[in-house]
Amino acid sequence: MSALGELQRMRRGSGGTLGGKRDNKAAFVFLLPWFAGLLFITAGPIVASFLLGFTDYNLIQPPTFNGLDNFVRMLGDARLHNALRVTLVYVVVSVPLQLAAALALALLLDRGLRGLAFYRSAFYLPSLLGSSVAIAVLWRQIFGADGLVNQVLAMFGVEGKGWISDPSTALGTLIVLNVWTFGAPMVIFLAGLRQIPVMYYEAASTDGAGKWTQFRKITIPLLSPIIFFNLVLQIIHAFQSFTQAFVVSGGSGGPSDSTLFYTLYLYQRGFGNFDMGYASALAWLLLVIIAAFTAINFWAAKFWVVYDD
Amino acid sequence: MTDLARKALKHAGLILLALVMLYPVLWMVVSSLRPDNEIFRRPGLILDSLQTHNYGEGWTALASPFGHYLANSAILVLACIIGNLVSCSMAAYAFARLEFTGKRLWFAIMLGTIMLPIHVIIVPQYIMFSQLDWVNTFLPLVVPKFLATDAFFVFLMVQFIRGLPRELDEAARIDGAGHPRIFLRIILPLMLPALATTVIFTFIWTWNDFFSQLIYLTDPEMYTVPVALRSFVDATVSTSWGSMFAMSVVSLAPVFLAFLVGQRYLIRGIATTGGK
Repeated sequence: MSALGELQRMRRGSGGTLGGKRDNKAAFVFLLPWFAGLLFITAGPIVASFLLGFTDYNLIQPPTFNGLDNFVRMLGDARLHNALRVTLVYVVVSVPLQLAAALALALLLDRGLRGLAFYRSAFYLPSLLGSSVAIAVLWRQIFGADGLVNQVLAMFGVEGKGWISDPSTALGTLIVLNVWTFGAPMVIFLAGLRQIPVMYYEAASTDGAGKWTQFRKITIPLLSPIIFFNLVLQIIHAFQSFTQAFVVSGGSGGPSDSTLFYTLYLYQRGFGNFDMGYASALAWLLLVIIAAFTAINFWAAKFWVVYDD
Repeated sequence: MTDLARKALKHAGLILLALVMLYPVLWMVVSSLRPDNEIFRRPGLILDSLQTHNYGEGWTALASPFGHYLANSAILVLACIIGNLVSCSMAAYAFARLEFTGKRLWFAIMLGTIMLPIHVIIVPQYIMFSQLDWVNTFLPLVVPKFLATDAFFVFLMVQFIRGLPRELDEAARIDGAGHPRIFLRIILPLMLPALATTVIFTFIWTWNDFFSQLIYLTDPEMYTVPVALRSFVDATVSTSWGSMFAMSVVSLAPVFLAFLVGQRYLIRGIATTGGK
């Protein structure tokens, strides 16, 4: 069903093509734009990025080979280490919270609930708005010193603070923002829950299984491929977060680099300082980190994801 | 507790949660219609009077009227939609209906690129486009769409075409139709729902996209809505939240409209392909 499911099936060797007559010429014509895109826009730049990672390049003078300098520099780059830490905290905290919220709401919006379409839309809407600059502007206000959050807290006699100007809470406001966009995975969970035959639950009820047992023994195993899919994609997605940190911190990643996402640091080096060689090396490190996380996820899937095909 | 009471409690909880979720956005809309100084002391949603001056101020606060940036974004979005429709449907037809050498490998590569972060390729891409002198034009943002680089839509369309009965193609082939004809006359008209999903998602994603527009559009004349809005934040720090909110509302309105018109396609799109 999903792109990931498709890849996993291909890896296991099932599915695939039907044989039949080859039609290379027609296929080449239809795929020509895609091949050109692969060459010039995706695969080509990945290779170029790899080579540039071993150079010093500022866009004006031609690149000069500098061996492993960029990678040695990474080892001593304290801002990079901080960016890695900030990004990891963001990913590891916000993704599980977001998916837990998505799953909980998907379970609440079960079959036959009145107003289901309305609730689904209301919870899904933030996912569409969440990546916009406008919402980042709003976030800057509501978590500011005189922002909406503190106005509401004041009504309960609680004194707030500048959540965004305090390095210990600034990242938290961005985590809240990511959790706020739980609607997209929720819709995917809802679709997955619809696939589970009702008779499983009916049979379990007759056998005297309670709601919790049903959840653990039926819902979780049958939904596990979808949970896995959401987990992989949301992790990749969270690693790429940029807009919100950029706008909320005014492009600096501050206060005190507390919202310096990896992508933001990469932007500063590449497009602020035009340090293209180092930025290429950074881009490759990001690719390796994301690939490693994805590989670990696929490996761990063997222990908890249940496939019926 | 009776069944009815439990149901009522559940609905009350869900409505409350929906309200909390959407409250910041509603509050921003209301605040954009208030005098500036009230934004910092009115957490409620009740309007005493309708003040539209924030909209007038915000509209003219930057070098060009905000309509200029809206027009830039609209042009960009339209070009991206056309690019995705043409290139992704062609690639999808090949993957769904044609047999060719190395198909499995190419298909796997295509699926893999769905998950490829743009940040990994942006540096060499930028170098290439700046050498072509394309920086500060829409070309670096539009040309990739004509080259089917939004593989998500290729996959979405492949899924859709696979669901269409092959007998239709066979019948057309017996009548002597070649692949271009089968694609244009039979498959395309039948895959309108998938095309509609592509249009809506491309619209919203391109409209919201900030990273690549920030990188490629540095001339204020070429600013799109997200880049303009961001320069607004830097220009008017803490001075006029009212006009900033007003332009934020203006920038979100098209997304909201697209959501209202196309939510059927949006929900189906992410439910059947698992989203991006």
